[in-house]
Amino acid sequence: MFITKKNIKLLLVFGLFVLASWLNLVSAAEKDYQVELPAAPTGTATFLAPSEEHIPNTPFGDAVRYGMSLFNNTQQLRGKYVGNELNCVNCHLDHGKKANSAPLWGAYPMYPAYRKKNDRVNTIDERIQGCFTYSMNGTPPPFGSKELTALVTYHYWLSSGAPIGKALPGRGYPKLAKAKSKPSVSHGKKIFAENCAICHGENGEGTQVNNKYAFPPLWGKDSFNWGAGMHRVNTAASFIKANMPLGKPNSLTEQQAWDVAAFMNSHERPQDPRYKGNVEQTAETFHKHQCFYDKKIDGKLLGKGTK
Amino acid sequence: MLILKYRTILLAILMTFTHVVMASDLGKTIATQGNSKGATVCIACHGVNGGGQAQAGFPRLAGLNSAYIEKQLHDFTTAERNSAVMTPIAGALSESEIKAVAAYFAKMAPPSPVGKLSNNDKRIKEGKKLAENGNWSNDVPACFACHGTEASGIGAHFPALAGQHAIYIEQQLNAWRNGQRSNDPNQLMKGVALRLNDAEIKAVSAFLASLTMAGN
Repeated sequence: MFITKKNIKLLLVFGLFVLASWLNLVSAAEKDYQVELPAAPTGTATFLAPSEEHIPNTPFGDAVRYGMSLFNNTQQLRGKYVGNELNCVNCHLDHGKKANSAPLWGAYPMYPAYRKKNDRVNTIDERIQGCFTYSMNGTPPPFGSKELTALVTYHYWLSSGAPIGKALPGRGYPKLAKAKSKPSVSHGKKIFAENCAICHGENGEGTQVNNKYAFPPLWGKDSFNWGAGMHRVNTAASFIKANMPLGKPNSLTEQQAWDVAAFMNSHERPQDPRYKGNVEQTAETFHKHQCFYDKKIDGKLLGKGTK
Repeated sequence: MLILKYRTILLAILMTFTHVVMASDLGKTIATQGNSKGATVCIACHGVNGGGQAQAGFPRLAGLNSAYIEKQLHDFTTAERNSAVMTPIAGALSESEIKAVAAYFAKMAPPSPVGKLSNNDKRIKEGKKLAENGNWSNDVPACFACHGTEASGIGAHFPALAGQHAIYIEQQLNAWRNGQRSNDPNQLMKGVALRLNDAEIKAVSAFLASLTMAGN
């Protein structure tokens, strides 16, 4: 190989290209707030969260109770910190205690955590604030506010006796193996109609009783936004497989869970709060994962957001 | 033209109204007199006020969702809901009679529960825990998660259980378990019933019977 001017030029161009893509990756990672945590260790969940009747009758217990009440009925904060019709308990079943349904006792002991992504230590408070920004499509309660403090206290209390800094079986949603065939929106539509629509409505609109949601809306203006972890097909598939339909966990096959998750997440929902006026750019920076943001479904581009 | 429009609207309102009155008349007739084609008098067992009979396990119908009652009457004529008493009665009702009688009972105010027990009762306490929180370690969701807050019912598929008779609830949970009843959408109830033990069934039935339906 000769060192010619032309070769040097080519090498330079190639080098620049590599550098540019590396920089792009780094900046994407930095800004992607809801980075997936490493998978939980396998095995049966054995951790037992304390029972509610053991909440002490002290000022501390009052904070636990208030946190629990906000967690189960987050609509108390509608308009203040919550911008949709969801409650924390919709995705964290059994008051945030259920194994394989992202239990709080699995999350709390993993914080504070250093994240290379933003080069600093993140606290559980910040993680919960992230839920308000994305999953609740709202404005996070500030540090030190009675709401955030109560929610943190409830997390802490549910984690009583859990080892600090050790990932427990049952944490998060059990990660599914890669789908055997590409998740199919059209197959998912059929699965949804047969298994999910009875509670979540034919169009994912949820079910209301006396203007209150008894079963949560899964897409549209009243659901989580394009920045929430649940908009990722893999996260939704894992949650669905292990938890849905209520009372019939693991009744769908893995492929069915992938398909129905693809169907659910191929609908419009509130805009990603990090959106700066351009779907393509937002997708480039924040959506390099398995999702339908900036993808076309039935000729319609998703990611425009709905209010 | 405008007058004609008003007339049409007036006529439409009048017709709707007459239709409603006629339907509720038919419902009342079926409920109180039967239809002389094999459908016996509903209120003989389900009570004049639709309250049912606690000891006999005849369910309360007052205030239940009308689409839910309709579905049950249809299902009694199939293998999905076996009942020596109800199958011949349901089979003798026409479609319009089913609709009318379902609407008739749905509109009734639910009577106060008869099974009121002390909140300190151990069984009630256990039942309350199960109804409010479920037993998720055994994949049993809270009753309230699908049957609504205070088990007041959600739409056509999740009937109100508040104030329903304990013996009836117990019988139905056992019917789900032994396959005598299989008309639950997506077999949601069967799965839950199979994971309940006898003591849990007794406890949760007693608790639900002691509740007052919301809006009552």
